Parts: sequence; C-alpha cells; structure tokens
Amino acid sequence: MGTVLFFPREKREPSPNLPNEVEKLIIDKVKKVNKQEKSVKNEKASDMLIGKWIKCDNCKEILYKEDVHKNLSVCPNCGKHFRLSARRRIKQIADEGTFEEIGKDILTKDPLKFEGYLKKVESLKEKTKIEEAVKCGTCKINGEDVVLAVMDGNFLMGSMGSAVGERITLAIETSILKRLPLIIFCVSGGARMQEGIVSLMQMAKTSAALAKHNQSGLLYISVLTDPTTGGVTASFASLGDIILAEPNALIGFAGPRVIEQTMKQKLPEGFQRSEFLLEHGFIDKIVERKDMKDVLTQIIRLHK
Amino acid sequence: MADLSAWDRVTLARMLERPKSLDYINNIFTDFIELHGDRNFGDDKSIVGGIAKLDDISVTVIGEQKGKKAKENMERNFGMPNPEGYRKALRLMKQAEKFKRPIITFIDTPGAYPGMGAEERGQGEAIARNMLEMSNLKVPIICIVIGEGSSGGALAIAVGDKIVMLENAVYSILSPEGFASILYKDASKAKDAAENMKMTAKDLKNMKIIDKIIDEPDGGAQNDFNQVVKELKQYIKESIKELSKYSEEELIENRYQKFRIMGK
Repeated sequence: MGTVLFFPREKREPSPNLPNEVEKLIIDKVKKVNKQEKSVKNEKASDMLIGKWIKCDNCKEILYKEDVHKNLSVCPNCGKHFRLSARRRIKQIADEGTFEEIGKDILTKDPLKFEGYLKKVESLKEKTKIEEAVKCGTCKINGEDVVLAVMDGNFLMGSMGSAVGERITLAIETSILKRLPLIIFCVSGGARMQEGIVSLMQMAKTSAALAKHNQSGLLYISVLTDPTTGGVTASFASLGDIILAEPNALIGFAGPRVIEQTMKQKLPEGFQRSEFLLEHGFIDKIVERKDMKDVLTQIIRLHK
Repeated sequence: MADLSAWDRVTLARMLERPKSLDYINNIFTDFIELHGDRNFGDDKSIVGGIAKLDDISVTVIGEQKGKKAKENMERNFGMPNPEGYRKALRLMKQAEKFKRPIITFIDTPGAYPGMGAEERGQGEAIARNMLEMSNLKVPIICIVIGEGSSGGALAIAVGDKIVMLENAVYSILSPEGFASILYKDASKAKDAAENMKMTAKDLKNMKIIDKIIDEPDGGAQNDFNQVVKELKQYIKESIKELSKYSEEELIENRYQKFRIMGK
C-alpha cells in the first residue's frame, strides 16, 4: 500500500497566529515546566491537571476544583451536591472558630478481633486525617448555641461501629445536659460490619438516648445527606423532630441493589432519593446547601 | 451440644421444623387472642401479636412468625416484616403499657423485608421508632431470640429489660451470607463468616449482649419441645417477678444503662 501515513515535517501547517519560532519557544517552556514539576512533585503532568479539575458525575461538565469549593462543593453547572468531609461541613455550618470537639478520645474498637480491621482503620486515619466516621462538638450557628454531630463518608463509608455510636450518644447526652438543640448531619452506609453485633446495638443505644432527649423537650434536627442508608436510617437519622435533606440524596434502609435482587426488577428513576422521601412523607423539607445554615438558624430560633 | 460450630447452629436455627413464635405462644401461655393490623396500612402476617395469660397474669405477646411448611412460610413472607408489621408491634406494645401488661417478644427473622413497598412506607423509620419507643415503655419487656435474629429487623422488637437466646439461636448484624458478600465479596464464604461473627448464644453471653441462654436438647428445640417451653416459662415468670420490683423510672433507667454500656 502506497498510502502516506505521516506528513513530512515541513508540510505541517504552522499555527495561524504564531510564527514558528515563538511556537517553539512556548513548547520548550511547557516541557521544561512539566519536567521540573515532575521531579519536584513526582507526579505526571496529566495527574496535575486532574488534581485541579473534576468532572461532575451528574452533568459530566469539567469543573475547576476551586470554583466547586467556592460554591460549597455544589456543581455550578447542574446543582449536584457533592459529598463533603466532616471538616468542610463544619466549616460551612458552624460560626468560625466556635466548634469545640467532644468525644475525640473515643476511638475504634475491635470486638470481633476481625482480621485486618484495625490495620485498615490505621491506614484510613493517616489518609483521611480523621479518627472516626463522625465528628461531634458544641458550636454556634449564627450566634445560636447547638450541639453538632457531622458524619464523614470518607471513613469506612460513614459506617456506625462502637465509636460512632458512642460519640453520637455522647453528643445527645451533652445536648440534654446543656439543654441545647441537637443537629446531626448523616451520611452512612449503615452499621459497621467489622464490629458485628456491637455495631447493631449502637442503633438501640442511640435511639434510646434520643428517647431521653425527646422526653427532655429539646429540639433535634436530623439532616440527611447522600447517602444515608441501613442502620443509620433505621436509627437516629429517622428520629428527628424535624428531618431535612439535601437535594437528590440517596436515603433508604435497604440498598438499591439488594432491593433489585429481591424484587427481580430495576428500580424506577429517583427511587429512594430525597424528593421521593418528601413525596412519601418521611422528610420535612429539602434544603440546598447554600441555604442550610439559614434554615437551621430559622428552625432553632422558632424553638426559643 | 458445646461442640457445634457457629454454622451448625445457623443451620439449626433456620430448620423448617424448628418451633416458631406461635408454637411458643400457644404452649407457654393460655387464652391467647391474636390482634391484627397497624391501624394505618395493613396487617403484616410475618409479625403476630396479641394478649394472653401467663398463669394468672395478663401479658402482651409479639413474635416474628415464619412458616413451618413452604406454603405457610411464603404467606408469612419468610418472617421478614414490612413497616406495618413493626407498627403493629408498636401499637400492641403501647396498648400493653396502657393496661400495665408485661411484654414478651419472640425474635425469629432473616431481617426486615428489603422490598420497594417497604422502602416507600418507611422501613427505616419504623425500626427506629420502635427502638425509641421501646426504650421508654413503663412495663417490663422480655425479648427471646428463638431462631434467627438478623439485623435491625430483629432489633426492632428486641429492646428490652431481659434479652434471652435459645442455645441454638443466632443473633447478628446481618446474615452470614450478607456479611460474607460485603466483607469477603463472596456470599459462598458464609460458613467462614459465621465463625468470625460471634453470633452464637455463647458468644453473645460472653460479650454481655444477652442475659441468659436457654438450653436445647440434642438436635434442636423440636426434639423435646416441652422441656424448652418449661424452662422458658420459668425464666419469663422469674424475670417478670424480678422486674416488677422496680419503679417505672428505675425500670426505664436500667434499660437505658443496659444498652448504654454496649460498645462503651
């Protein structure tokens, strides 16, 4: 076959607005910079690009990371609420410098002596810089004193083992003791399998603590974020006096895949999403992230 | 039968011919009248409940009910309750509180039903609500795991003052199959999972999750049912007598502390 696959170099068209010399200079400069950064950060040039840009998994738009962060981790294009770390969430909700952590010394336990569990927890701690799947504390929200618990999905899917159950219970008890409103931001794959029956019992423990809280006549606002499932849905997440949810969060007891296996059919679009739960009467209100702090403040003040 | 493996006990706990909640209800108590419905949506046949006599006192009894034959098991949805089942249980428990009747629950379920309707009607909320309300009831509650006690579906009727297991019953966060598929990514490793999950009565007694183990004859409770019924009845009577000594406030506070220390 006599087809010419590659044009000889001299036949390539030059960039319309750049003389060849200038083009060459720029290319050399980029190469040099890339090489330097490669050696400094030990990263590929493409990784650096990905590090600054993210793709929205809903609208597929390529977004500049900093724009997303400035927009409270909500897609500026389609409004998709991305998952938040506890640290970022607290920053968005608590007045600056007011969050005082409680229960920090309550750490992971291994009641089943489950192989590899504590090792995994250690490496996660290092990676995520957090020590368990929930952060609790007292803080002010627009000047109002509250007890705030925020789960973190980066730590074993926000699953509830003994430490999460104990920290949440402590937060509830602190709220009773100080007679402050309680707010829990939920994100969880459910009870933590690696701690077996002890995880299951955290559902009873937190629910019992909320029964006491309820008897004390105090306000509890539960905020459901993507995803809230399993044993957390079947305990404190569903027990708020007022239950809020972020838009389009997956909220349910059984996971979608398990239900599909049981029913032997595909689930309809929007099943187990916030809007679906609102329609079925299981949450009070869907609140966008940009409005969350103000809505919480309004509800707290209505209870004063 | 100390040499049985955890998986052996899972198998025994699931046997079709193993006595079910209604067998215990009909043999421990007299004058049982079954009450139906959650007054909201329907009547869930996988949970039975009503009023009965324990010798001379009236009690409320509730149990997750599997079938002993394939057809009945289907009618009972294999003992997997929907939200209306848990809400029926709660209605009967609140009724018990009103009339100052002790409550006895029998736990035997592979888990709460993971169906579309169950989700639409708030399975999570139903389970959560039961736990919250049970921890506040002013009457004694005795919970007995007679077969499979699996996940929140079991716990939804198992928040009480005394938690009892039959020797071959199992009680766990999830079925060993589910556990294996999540943690080992392989449901066929259920046997291994069962050994590691600490789900037998002995394990749970050691972990101070349960108060008492009721012995079973070789081969399971069905082989000498009268003996099991006798021992269980004796335990229920003693427990009610013991719990009746406490004031309502003490009863509730003790129940709170019982769960409060788990995982502390």
